Amino acid sequence: MNHHVKQSADRAASEGHQRPMTGNEALARGAWEAGVKVGSAYPGTPSTEIMENLSRYPAEDVAAQWATNEKVACDVAIGASFAGVRAMTSMKHVGLNVASDALMSMTYIGVNGGLVLIVCDDPGIHSSQNEQDSRMVAKLAMVPCLEPSDAQEALDFTKLAFDLSEQFDTPVIVRSTTRLSHTRSVVKLGERIEKTSKGFVLNPNKNVMIPSNARVRHPQLIEREEKLTGYFNTSGINRWEKGRKDIGIITLATSYAYVKETLPDASILKLGVSYPLADKLVEEFCKSVDRVFVVEELEPIVENEIKVLGIAVDGKNYFPRVGEFSPEIIRAGLEKAGVLEKRNLAKAHDSLPTPRPPVLCAGCPHTSGYMAIRAMDGRVMGDIGCYTLAAVEPLKSIDTCVSMGSSIGNAIGVAKSGQETKPIIATIGDSTFLHAGIPALIDAVYNNVDITVILLDNHITAMTGGQNHAATGKTLRGDETHRIDFEKMIEAIGVKWVRRTDSYDIATMYQTFREAAEYKGVSVVISDRPCVLDPVKVKGPSLTVISENCVACQSCMNLGCPALSWSDEWYDGHHKVRIDANACIGCTLCAQVCPADSIRPLEAETH
Amino acid sequence: MKDPTNEDKTTNVLIVGVGGQGVIMVSKVLALMCQMNGYQVKQSEVHGMAKRGGSVFSHVRFGKQVWSPTIPAGEADVLLALEWAEGLRWLNFLEPTNGTFITDTQHIVPPFACLNRKRGATKVYSKETPEQIVAEVANSLALDATTMATELGNPRASNTILLGTLSTALDFPVEEWLQVISEFVPPKTIEINHQAFLKGREWSEKTKSQTISEPVVSPDIAACPPTPVNDDFELRLTRAWCKGCDICVKMCPERCLGLDAEQLVELRHPERCTGCRVCEWLCPDFAIDVIKPANEKMSA
Repeated sequence: MNHHVKQSADRAASEGHQRPMTGNEALARGAWEAGVKVGSAYPGTPSTEIMENLSRYPAEDVAAQWATNEKVACDVAIGASFAGVRAMTSMKHVGLNVASDALMSMTYIGVNGGLVLIVCDDPGIHSSQNEQDSRMVAKLAMVPCLEPSDAQEALDFTKLAFDLSEQFDTPVIVRSTTRLSHTRSVVKLGERIEKTSKGFVLNPNKNVMIPSNARVRHPQLIEREEKLTGYFNTSGINRWEKGRKDIGIITLATSYAYVKETLPDASILKLGVSYPLADKLVEEFCKSVDRVFVVEELEPIVENEIKVLGIAVDGKNYFPRVGEFSPEIIRAGLEKAGVLEKRNLAKAHDSLPTPRPPVLCAGCPHTSGYMAIRAMDGRVMGDIGCYTLAAVEPLKSIDTCVSMGSSIGNAIGVAKSGQETKPIIATIGDSTFLHAGIPALIDAVYNNVDITVILLDNHITAMTGGQNHAATGKTLRGDETHRIDFEKMIEAIGVKWVRRTDSYDIATMYQTFREAAEYKGVSVVISDRPCVLDPVKVKGPSLTVISENCVACQSCMNLGCPALSWSDEWYDGHHKVRIDANACIGCTLCAQVCPADSIRPLEAETH
Repeated sequence: MKDPTNEDKTTNVLIVGVGGQGVIMVSKVLALMCQMNGYQVKQSEVHGMAKRGGSVFSHVRFGKQVWSPTIPAGEADVLLALEWAEGLRWLNFLEPTNGTFITDTQHIVPPFACLNRKRGATKVYSKETPEQIVAEVANSLALDATTMATELGNPRASNTILLGTLSTALDFPVEEWLQVISEFVPPKTIEINHQAFLKGREWSEKTKSQTISEPVVSPDIAACPPTPVNDDFELRLTRAWCKGCDICVKMCPERCLGLDAEQLVELRHPERCTGCRVCEWLCPDFAIDVIKPANEKMSA
C-alpha cells in the first residue's frame, strides 16, 4: 500500500491529471486541494489511510499528524479552526463517539477556518465492534452530512464541505463507508487553493460555551438548519436523474451505484446530503413518479425524514437495516417489491468451506502472552486490537471486548463487584493504552483494586497496518520525536509492581504473569517485542520439525501459528506437524513449548 | 469470458486468496492496465482484520461505464484464485456458463483446519481434486503456480504466474503488463516477476482448453493407521509419588491437569485427554500412567 500511496504524491501536482484512487486517497486529496492546513486523526479501519495520504503532501502545505485518540484529534482540528485556518480530522464510526463530546460543543460555536470531520462507517462490520450509522450523530449534532458515492465525489464533496463550513458557520461531516474508502476508481485532480488565515477572532460570546452563551446559540442552530435545507433544495449536490415515471428511487452514497447497476432506467434522486434533507426537492421528486423507494444502507434516516413530511415511501420494508448492501441485495428487494422479476441462479458448486478467519501472524509477540494468560485461568478483560483474535481457539483466553481502553475499567468493575474468585486480568495493547487506557489505570490505582494489567507492547498501532504513536518515537511523517517510557509513566501513576518481559521468552512470561497475579494491588506486566510486520518485517532463520522425534502431542498447535499445520505423517492416531519455512520467522515459541525437542533451526538440519 | 472489447458490457474479475499472498497487488496491476487501455475501472477490496492469514478478495470491474464496485454472485467473468480452497469458496461468483476459473492447486492449510484433537481426525479443508473441478467448471485452468514460482527461485512470485495466465484471457499488450508489474513489485524482484508473468502466460497458451498442470498436489488423503475405535484413555495418578513439581500441569497440551489444595496433581478435565502421554513421559517421579482403551494394544 505504501508504495502505491507514494506514487500518488509524486504525481500529485498536475491539474486535470486522472488516476485511480481509493476513496480514502481521494478524501485526503480533496482536503489538500481545499487548502487544509491542519489534519489530525487516530488510526481506525477503514479511515486510517486518509491521514496517511494527507501526510504525503508537503509539510509546508499541511500539518498532518497522529493524535492520541479521536477526541484529541478533533480538539486539534478545532483549535486550528479557531486560529483561522482550514482543518480536518478523520476517524472510523466508533472514533466519532470518542470525538463527539467536542463536536457537540463545536456545533454551537461554529467555525472560523473551515472544519471538516471525515467519518467512515463500517456496514457489514468488516473490522469493527459495531455497525452504528454515524448519520444519526450528524443529526444529533445538527451538522450537515455529505455522502459521496465514489472516489471522484469523495474529492469534490470534501472540497465543498470546507466551503459550506465557512459559509454556514458549522462543522461539516463527510461520511464514507468501508466500501467507498477501499474502492479505487478514476479521479480527476485539481489544484490546491491557498487560503489566507483570518487569524484568531476574539468573540467570547460565540467561542466560550458557558450556559448563558449556549442558550443564545441553540436557536441559531435551528436557523442554520433551515438555511442549509434551503440551500440543499437547489444546490447541485442533490441530483435528479429523470427516468421511468412508474419507479422513483431516492438513494445516496454507494447504494446509488448498486441502484444504477440493478435498475438503470428508474428515475433517481441521488442525494449528496442526508442531513439536512432537501425537503422541497424530495416532495417534487415524489410527486413526479408513481412509486418511491428509499435505498439507503443501515438506518432508515432519509426514509423517516421523508415520512415525517407526510409522503408514503417504501424502504426498509424491502431493503435490510443490517449489513452491507450489494447489487444482489438491491435486486432481492426490488424482486420482493415486484419491480423486477425473480431470477433463477444456477446452482453453485457445493463445497465444504475451509475455515479461514484472520489469525495472529507467525511469530506475533501477542501469542506467548495469551498462552501465559490462559495458563493463569483468570477472568480476562480484552480490548481492541489484533489481540482480540485471542477470543477464539486455540488461544481462546479473553472473556470480553467492549471498546478502546475498556479492559482496565472493566477489570476494576469486576474486582469491585466482589463476585470473582479468579485472578482479574486486563489485556491491552500499547496504542490502545495510550488512547484510553491511561485514565482507567489511574482509576485502578486511585480506587485501590487488585487487578493485573498485561500491556502487550508491540511498539506500533498494528491492526490498522502499522502506524506510529507517542511511544514509538516517530511522528506520522516519520520524524524523530519523544518516546514515552511506559515503565516510568506507569510508576508515576502510582503502580508499585511493574515488570517488563520478553514476549519470546515463554517460561519467563508464565512465571512473571503468575507473580503479577499473586501481588495484591495493581500490577502491570509489559510484554515487550516489536510487531513482526511493522515498522520492519521481521524474518529470522526458519525452524523445522524433526519428524521422527515428533510425538504429535499438539502442544505447538496451541499457539495457532499460521506457519504450523499438520503433516501427512501420524503418531499413535494423531497428526504430526510441519512448519512452512516461508511463513516461519524463527520466533522459537513452538520449539520452547515442544516437550520432545523436535523443533530445531532449519539451517542446522539441512547442512 | 465476455469479449472485453464489447464496450457496453462490464467485465468482472474476482481475485481471491489468503492474506499476504498479493491479492491486492495483482488487482492493482489489473486495474491500472484497464485504465491505461481506456476503460473505466472500479477495484474494491476490504482489508483490516482480514489482512493477515485471513480470506482476502478483491473485485475488479472494467468497461465503458462501471457502477457497482462489487461483482454480483454468478457474474464474475474470471475468478482468479491464488489459493485452492479460496477459489472453491468463491466459485458461486463465477458466471456459470462462460466464466473462466484460474487457480493455483497449492493448499495453504489454516491453523483453524487443524484444531480437532480426536485421534484419526482430518483437516477441515476442501476435499475436491483439481480433476474433479476441471470436469465440473466449463473453463478452468488449474496450475501449480507455487511450485513453478519456487523453481524460478521465489515462491512468492506465484501470484505473478497466475497474473500471466490471466493475461491470456484479456486483450492487453504484453509489454504494458510487464511495465505495470515493474511499478508494483519491489525493485529487486522485477526480473523474477517478469519471468514469472511470462511463464504463466506461456503455460496457458500451450494449453488451450481445460487443463491441469503437473505436478498436482493431492488433497489430504494420507490415511491414518487403522482408525482407533475411541479415545477413552485412563490416566492413573499415583499421588503418593507426586511432589507437585507442576511440570505435567504446565506441559499438558489439553490443559487437563491441575494441582489440588495439597499441591498434588489432580485430573480436572478427563474429557479433554487425547492420550498423547506427554505427562507420563515428562513426570520425573513416574507418578502418571496413561492407559489405552482396553481393546487397543500399546504402540511401541
